[in-house]
Amino acid sequence: MSIPLSKKVVNLKPSGIRKFFDIVLEMNDPEVISLGVGEPDFDTPWSIREEGIYSLERGRTFYTSNAGLKELREEISAYLNRKCNVAYHPEDEIIVTVGGSEAIDVGLRAMINPGDEVLIPQPCFVAYEPCVVMADGIPVIIDLKAKNEFKLTKEELENAITPRTKVLILPFPNNPTGGVMGRSDLEDIKEVCLKHDIYVMSDEIYSELTYGSEHVSIASFPEMKERTVLINGFSKGFAMTGWRLGYACGPKEIIEQMLKIHQYAIMSAPTTSQYAAVEALKNGDKYVQEMRESYDQRRRFVVNAFRKMGLDCFTPFGAFYVFPSIMSLNMTSDEFAALLLKHEKVAVVPGNAFGDCGEGYLRVSYAYSLEELKEATDRIARFVAYIKKHPR
Amino acid sequence: MKERILSIIEKNSKISIEDLAAALDEKPDDVAKAIYEMERDKVICGYHTIINWSNTTKEKVTALIEVKVTPQRGLGFDKIASRIYNFDEVNAVYLMSGGFDLTVILEGKTLQEVASFVSSKLSPLEAVLSTATHFVLKKYKDHGTILVSESTRERMLITP
Repeated sequence: MSIPLSKKVVNLKPSGIRKFFDIVLEMNDPEVISLGVGEPDFDTPWSIREEGIYSLERGRTFYTSNAGLKELREEISAYLNRKCNVAYHPEDEIIVTVGGSEAIDVGLRAMINPGDEVLIPQPCFVAYEPCVVMADGIPVIIDLKAKNEFKLTKEELENAITPRTKVLILPFPNNPTGGVMGRSDLEDIKEVCLKHDIYVMSDEIYSELTYGSEHVSIASFPEMKERTVLINGFSKGFAMTGWRLGYACGPKEIIEQMLKIHQYAIMSAPTTSQYAAVEALKNGDKYVQEMRESYDQRRRFVVNAFRKMGLDCFTPFGAFYVFPSIMSLNMTSDEFAALLLKHEKVAVVPGNAFGDCGEGYLRVSYAYSLEELKEATDRIARFVAYIKKHPR
Repeated sequence: MKERILSIIEKNSKISIEDLAAALDEKPDDVAKAIYEMERDKVICGYHTIINWSNTTKEKVTALIEVKVTPQRGLGFDKIASRIYNFDEVNAVYLMSGGFDLTVILEGKTLQEVASFVSSKLSPLEAVLSTATHFVLKKYKDHGTILVSESTRERMLITP
C-alpha cells in the first residue's frame, strides 16, 4: 500500500517558524516571554465584535455571494479610495477572501503558468515561496540589504529579471524587517515593471501600521493599477487575525479567474466576519489610530533598548517588528535564539526563518505591552552582556 | 510632547521616566521637566491606584447620590458644590445637566455610615432640596479598567 502524497507538497520545506515554535512549546515554561508573535496583542475593538455578535443574533448564518457581501466590497472600495488613493469597482475588481493568505495563494494560482518566474524579495512572510511552488511557478529570491533599510532597489530588481519573469511580490510594510517603501522608492519599481512588462502582487496587510509617513500603494500610480493585484485585510490594522478576513483587488480579468478558484475551494469568506468587517471600515478609524499610537511608542522603546545593548538595529517604519542584527556576536540566528530561550527564557524568531538572507538577524515583535517589552528587553540585554563576556 | 506623555501615564502612571522617554523618543530630562510643569499647572492633579476592593477583605460601600439644590445668586452652583466636596467622605462631585443638579459619589465603610452622612450632613444643607441615594452593587469597570476577571489571552507563542 502506498499512501497517496503529492511530491510537490512533500518537497515543500517546513516553515522555520514551526521548528522554533515546537522548541518553545516543548519547554512548556510559564516564565517564557515570547516576542515571537506575528499578530496584534489588542482584542478586536468591541464595536466590531459586537457587530459580529449582532449578525449572529439576526440569523445571518448563510453563505454570502462568492466575491463577498456587496456592502463590504463597497466599503473596501471607499476605504482604499480614502486611504490609498486608488479606485476599485466593487462589482468586478474586489474579492473578499479568507485572510490575506488566501488572496496570495489564489492570486498566484490565477496568474502563473508552469515555469513562470515570480520574484520574492526576502526576508519576507513565509507563505510566498511555497505558494509560488504550489502554483507551478519558480520562486526567484531577491536578497534585501540592511544598508538599504531592507527596501527593494531598482538595481536589485533589474538584476533578478529574466525573460520568464512574470510577477513581482511586493511585501511592504514588511514582515519581518519593518521596512517600508515610500513614494520615490515605488516610482523606481514602477519604471522597471513597466519596462519589462511585470505584474505586481502588492501585499499591503500592514498598510495601517506605518509610523512617520502615510502608506503609499503602488496601485495608486498611473499605469500600475492595471498591473497590480493589491492584497490587504483586517488582521493586522483592525486586530482581527482570528476572523480570517482579507481581500484582493485588481484588474477584473485577474479577479474573475481568482473568483473561480475561490468559489470552488472556499465558496465564500466567513459571513459573521464580513458583517463585522463592514463595521470596522465604517467606524474603525479611531481604534486603528489608538493602536497605531501604542505600537509607535513600543517601537521607539524597543529600538532604543536594542541600541543600548550595542546591537545594530535599523529603525523600522512599519508593521510591528524590529529586526536587530546579531552579527557582531559571532553567532547564527538559530544559536542566538535557542540560547536566549534557554538562558533567559525569551523567545524571538531567528531571522533566517524568513529567508536565507535573514541569517544574522532576529525578528522581535513589539505587539506586547510596554511592561512585557521592558522585562523581555532587560533579559535580552543581560544575555547579550553575557555573550560579550564569553565570546563564541 | 505633553499630550503624548499624558496618553501613556493616564493608563500607567508607574512607568519610569527613562522608559517613558524611550517610548516617546525624547530625552529623560525633558520628559521629567514636562511632568513637573504639568504637576505645577495642575494638569496632572495626582496619581491614584485602581483598586478592586471587593477582592480584599476590607468592606467598602460606594453610593451615587443625585442632589437637587437651589443655586445661589452670583455664585451659581459653585458655593454649594464646595460645601459638599470638602467632606472627606466625598469622592467626586459633578455638576449635571438634566433632571438633577449634582452627582455626589461617596465611599463609606457601611450602608449605615453612608445613610447617616446623607441624613446628617448632606440633606440638612440649606440649599439642598432633595437627594436620591443609589448604592453600587458591583463594579464592572472603573477608570477605563475592567475589574471583573476576563478570559486569559489565547495568543499562540510563535506565529508567522
